[in-house]
Amino acid sequence: MRRTILYALAALGALWLVRNLYVILLALPDEVAQGAIYRIFFFHLPAWFTCFAAFFAAGVASIFYLVRKSPAYDAFAVAAVEVGVAFTAIGLVTGMVWARIIWGIWWTWDPRLTWAFITLLVYLGYLMLRHAIDEAAERAKNSAVLCIFAFASVVITYKAIDWWRTQHPGAVLSFRTGGGTIDPAMESMIFQNWFALLLVALALVLIRMRQERLERELDALRRRAHAL
Amino acid sequence: MRFLRQSLAVAAKDLRSELRSKEALNASLAFALVILLLFSFAFDPTAETTREISGGLLWLVFAFAGTLMLNRSFARELPNDCLDALVASPVPASALFLGKALANLVLLLAVELVSLPVFGVFYNVRWLPHLLPLLGVLVLATWGLAVIGTMFSALTVNLRLRELMLPVLVYPMIIPALMAAMQLTTVLLAGEPVTGDNWLWVRLLVAFDLIFTALALALVETVLLG
Repeated sequence: MRRTILYALAALGALWLVRNLYVILLALPDEVAQGAIYRIFFFHLPAWFTCFAAFFAAGVASIFYLVRKSPAYDAFAVAAVEVGVAFTAIGLVTGMVWARIIWGIWWTWDPRLTWAFITLLVYLGYLMLRHAIDEAAERAKNSAVLCIFAFASVVITYKAIDWWRTQHPGAVLSFRTGGGTIDPAMESMIFQNWFALLLVALALVLIRMRQERLERELDALRRRAHAL
Repeated sequence: MRFLRQSLAVAAKDLRSELRSKEALNASLAFALVILLLFSFAFDPTAETTREISGGLLWLVFAFAGTLMLNRSFARELPNDCLDALVASPVPASALFLGKALANLVLLLAVELVSLPVFGVFYNVRWLPHLLPLLGVLVLATWGLAVIGTMFSALTVNLRLRELMLPVLVYPMIIPALMAAMQLTTVLLAGEPVTGDNWLWVRLLVAFDLIFTALALALVETVLLG
């Protein structure tokens, strides 16, 4: 039953992505100033939103872990962080491709770019810490604490777009600018693509959580075998 | 009051044991001097441009030398199971943490105050006229470094690879404080007063210190006791 739900989610996400690709590539016109390359934005921004959502969920799960001490919360946190890191990488790479075309360079030490990079490093540190601790309860506890600290960098990255008005384009979505900066058809497409990516991310998180659960069961069996 | 007294007792204990062995202090100080020397090869130390990046250089030295010190903060308690004894003592974990952070602050400041004149001499930077505001920046930013460093030192104390893990975790987290400190130090060393836009960096430093001190005090109990 859980499997069926999982596959249904993944399939729905994939189908929605294909449909979105059709609209993005064939139905929507080129942007006036940037031409065809602006289409990467339909993945750049949703990828960042997905990674923010994943890191936020991981932070909440970490707090729940510290309160309830249930391994399921820890499994969710690590799954969300791993998926979040993947989407951070997507956000960075799509941004770099765009920058290469529009600015002529792959990277600039703009505060917004720098903070995005810092967030990636912080969460890679989280994953490294997990690898370094062998004992499961200790690993879950310490990484939960780190996950709460790490969320500070996500907040700064999200707000960096307002705090520093530099080379990176400012906010365009109407809930942050008050409207008038983006064509409604394009804006709706950004949200639709975000939801599609969220579905994919959710499916990935559920798969990863299942792996964690199986690993825990394997560990328990191994320990029992050793005891015998 | 009782909480503060307990924190100060832990801090005094840490400082006393460090001053008697000087293991982390000497290593950290020697390391700071070595990096100052290495920087002179990386670029022309006599050029006028050096002055523009002097704040950044100084704080890189402090951050590098600082992790050597912070690594020892909890690792020092491992032999003879001292950490277990400390955790079992009637001192709350947050007081233990605060004491250790205070001791680290004092030790880090000591290293910084020794490297500062050396830096001034080697790189021809005049820091003495701006000593008071500079001290303010040093204390604020070093407290941020000490809080994050002590917290992560507690997180990694039981790891085989703790010496490797600590810098990887600490550096990305302290970037806001480091960024503000570098900016303010550069401004001060250039002889300019801290006004207008630069107050933003002071506010950032204070906010960083407050947020992470509160977070660390709230979470350290779970880290040490489980």
